[in-house]
Amino acid sequence: MTDATLAFAQGGSQHLAGTATIVHDGPASKRIVTGYGFWIFLLSDIIMFSCFFAAYAVLVGQTAGGPHGSQLFDLRSVAAETGLLLLSSFTCGLASIAAGVRNERWFQAAMAATCVLGLAFLALEGREFASLVAQGAGPTRSAFLSSFFSLVGCHGMHVSAGILWLLTMMAQVFAKGFRADIQRRLLCFALFWHALDIIWVAVFSVVYLLGSAV
Amino acid sequence: MSDQLQQYHDHADLAPGDEEAGSIGSKLLGYVVGLGLAILLTATSFFIAGTNLVWQPSIPVAIIVLAIGQMGVHLVFFLHITTGADNTNNVLALAFGLLIVFLVIGGSLWIMSNLNHNMMPMDQIMQMQR
Repeated sequence: MTDATLAFAQGGSQHLAGTATIVHDGPASKRIVTGYGFWIFLLSDIIMFSCFFAAYAVLVGQTAGGPHGSQLFDLRSVAAETGLLLLSSFTCGLASIAAGVRNERWFQAAMAATCVLGLAFLALEGREFASLVAQGAGPTRSAFLSSFFSLVGCHGMHVSAGILWLLTMMAQVFAKGFRADIQRRLLCFALFWHALDIIWVAVFSVVYLLGSAV
Repeated sequence: MSDQLQQYHDHADLAPGDEEAGSIGSKLLGYVVGLGLAILLTATSFFIAGTNLVWQPSIPVAIIVLAIGQMGVHLVFFLHITTGADNTNNVLALAFGLLIVFLVIGGSLWIMSNLNHNMMPMDQIMQMQR
């Protein structure tokens, strides 16, 4: 380094020290960028769900002489589904904690519990859909039932995709351990799973509880 | 200078879903509190939907309010979206998302009820088209 550049560098650092409040330390860490990007995706997913909710809310009275929600919904089954999904959100949180301290046994146990709870949720929902179709209240019966099946079914599809992702993450942690890139995927998976639970809160409140109350 | 840099790093942003550093116990407590509140709010919703104890027209409003409260509980305790200084970007993105959700749902309901109100009954339209 020449004297001139050295002097410049010193001058530069003195200058910086004088105005130290302006510190630019480069781009954010990969974990923040990935998490933020996935958060934006989740918000756009929620906006997509809001379109299904809007369609449902507009069509809820259009039963074409068919059954209303209050004649169809079995609130005990819905309460069980809600409990299963809430508990799975909790065990997913436990898996996040275990991943944070790199404890593989607890991580795999918590993820397995999340998977079982999610599958039980899907089984209950599948049973409900099957009984509706068997009663002649399938998605083709009325505009109300079309929008009901597309809204609740869309959530169910998300849960199914989430379970596939969950199994992938269990396998990846088993095969590759808690590498930084795996940890980022785990962060995104946890966000996805918790966001599904938030959407379910809207589903059981707007579709089932309001549908039965009114 | 390095102190200030360190300080700056301490206040760096958090990824959504990331908690601030803490012991396993405190993190676990957060999830347990979240689960407890969520169960409480859910149970209240289901109870209110089927009860005769409260004034009937208030039930839909109560269910909506409880649902919004529970979504808030999930956001804070499970997704760790808080109002902290390190969370500004996440909260702003959420606020924009909520704006769009409100526009889509509120706008659809508004326009469709307006159309319903102003449209002739369907059988009359059919007759006019003959």
